[in-house]
Amino acid sequence: MADEKMAIAKAINESLRKALETDPKVLVMGEDVGKLGGVFRVTDGLQKDFGEARVIDTPLAESGIVGTAIGLALRGYRPVVEIQFDGFVFPAYDQIVTQLAKMHARALGKVKLPVVIRIPYGGGIGAVEHHSESPEALFAHVAGLKVVSPSNAADAYWMMQQAIACDDPVIYFEPKRRYWDKGEVDTTAIPAPLHSARVVREGGDVTLAAYGPMVKTCLEAAAAAEEEGKSLEVVDMRSMSPIDFDTLQASVVKTRRLVVVHEAPVFLGTGAEVAARITERCFYHLEAPVLRVGGFHAPYPPARLEEDYLPGLDRVLDAVDRALAF
Amino acid sequence: MSVKSTAARSSRGGAKRRGAAAGREPELVQLLTPEGDRVQHSEYSIDLTPDELRGLYRDMVLTRRFDAEAITLQRQGELGLWASLLGQEAAQIGSGRATRSDDYVFPTYREHGVAWCRGVDPLNLLGMFRGVNNGGWDPNENNFHLYTIVIGSQALHATGYAMGVAKDGADSAVIAYFGDGASSQGDVAEAFTFAAVYNAPVVFFCQNNQWAISEPTERQTRVPIYQRAAGFGFPGVRVDGNDVLACLAVTRAALERARRGEGPMLVEAFTYRMGAHTTSDDATRYRTADERAEWEAKDPIARLQAYLTKEGLADDEFYAALDAESEALAKRVRDGVRAMPNPDPMAIFENVYADGHALVDEERAQFAAYQASFADGEGH
Repeated sequence: MADEKMAIAKAINESLRKALETDPKVLVMGEDVGKLGGVFRVTDGLQKDFGEARVIDTPLAESGIVGTAIGLALRGYRPVVEIQFDGFVFPAYDQIVTQLAKMHARALGKVKLPVVIRIPYGGGIGAVEHHSESPEALFAHVAGLKVVSPSNAADAYWMMQQAIACDDPVIYFEPKRRYWDKGEVDTTAIPAPLHSARVVREGGDVTLAAYGPMVKTCLEAAAAAEEEGKSLEVVDMRSMSPIDFDTLQASVVKTRRLVVVHEAPVFLGTGAEVAARITERCFYHLEAPVLRVGGFHAPYPPARLEEDYLPGLDRVLDAVDRALAF
Repeated sequence: MSVKSTAARSSRGGAKRRGAAAGREPELVQLLTPEGDRVQHSEYSIDLTPDELRGLYRDMVLTRRFDAEAITLQRQGELGLWASLLGQEAAQIGSGRATRSDDYVFPTYREHGVAWCRGVDPLNLLGMFRGVNNGGWDPNENNFHLYTIVIGSQALHATGYAMGVAKDGADSAVIAYFGDGASSQGDVAEAFTFAAVYNAPVVFFCQNNQWAISEPTERQTRVPIYQRAAGFGFPGVRVDGNDVLACLAVTRAALERARRGEGPMLVEAFTYRMGAHTTSDDATRYRTADERAEWEAKDPIARLQAYLTKEGLADDEFYAALDAESEALAKRVRDGVRAMPNPDPMAIFENVYADGHALVDEERAQFAAYQASFADGEGH
């Protein structure tokens, strides 16, 4: 199976399938991941093919899912657990932050915790409360965790392979509103390193940095800006911990302007860290302050307001204009 | 008895407290009375050689001596904190000696006696209390996991580990330690649920030492803790936690049961925390000397000593040799702690990740350069 066009959800499914096939220690766990195949069908068919011992429907208890995954990892397994929705991760937050993130250090390196936590995240699907959040900064802030988010099918496939192979806990944020976006997946390719950013569109006037669902938005913004004669470079950050600042720096040295875009609230978010670091690294190259486009310091709004809350093409271009006008 | 009258009972506090919600004393498995007399139990029995009996006694005495030394070291400023196990020796040695080498143990931060049984060097337990590490031993060396400070978290780790044991088709068992306070934690309830539905080979060993810092057990539960197991679909039993023989017999049976694939079991060891919660705590603010005195009469070491003496299983020579061994252990611990060096500051950056992390690398390099900037002898 080489080049094939598949949706992001399918690419993750294929990647999990590949991992289950190649490593008997890999387990898939979560609520409804078995017979149902997950509420988004990301794990569709896996239990049928790999059995209930490896694709495990768990009790409805997120702390229990992560806590038992830790125990399984200590026993030598590589659990890939699903948290059904972003807003449901908090019952497990204690196990993730207090135990999973710190246990390798606590054990002076004597134990490893190769646990992947899959979290469908972000808005744009018209959902009820707690189904549209972007809590990635809450995890990136914690030493011991790695945090990534693919924006396309090929990355979804390969970053899952790499996350499972990683001996550290990885929080894998899945851009749920892009689950059905299709892209080429070359399952024989040699992937880029898991925590590397990638320039996905070259440009000379302003850099847009984004990850997950906002990469598509930024690419659309760049296409629209081109019609107005503005050349935007888009960097897919791919990883929020660690962040590939070298790639961002190289882009900003070229464009001299940076706008960071994410769905999560901007206050103390990923964009704040990028702004601080890039300002440190590129102070004399910048023609404008690093700007951020993201969510507000308010609870994620009801679905009828989410188009106003979420950064869209216009809000991205508004920030581009402000950066250029500075 | 009505709920109202139960509450009235509870408010009296002290020894009456353990009357529990049912208003009568729940059954307690006991094989050795506080006076040191052997009694039989219909379900649990044990037959130990004189050597084994003396071994249990030795374990308890050495553990208590080590614990006393750790308190002293804290008072001398050599340790930042110590969580004493005083009074819980029988619960820990009995259950600890019930484990097999291939079993896996998930402790709280007070299982010094269990650690002893597992062969963890007592000195290694002191690193975290001195502040030189957050856990100073390799868990896989003795199948004894690191101390867990956040209450109840390890019950889930034990359950997950046990799920893995079952997947491997191994006949090992897992034991999770926690206390009466932890029984209120959601993680413990979730562990019960997971263990039950997956039939995991795990024994939940709850040392009910009557106090969660200042809060008595009835602030955690209205039913005896062991009875909670029934609601999850597995058996629970209360054992005299100051009776090392009963703790050994019951835990051994529970572990065997798990090994046979019969699933989890809850053992509530009914015991007493004779000391304060930790060296930072003052137990006189919330409990009476009378209560402590009542439990002192049930001391786990004194009762086994009474039995050994009555039965002629230990003589003065044995006790004298054990005294000398205790003092030698205390000295080794004392000297060892005092010689424990502060870690290199660069240890901050070690083992944060197994596969490395660019930010940690960057900050390590920056901090090293900062440290090196003092190398011209100015100090810092």
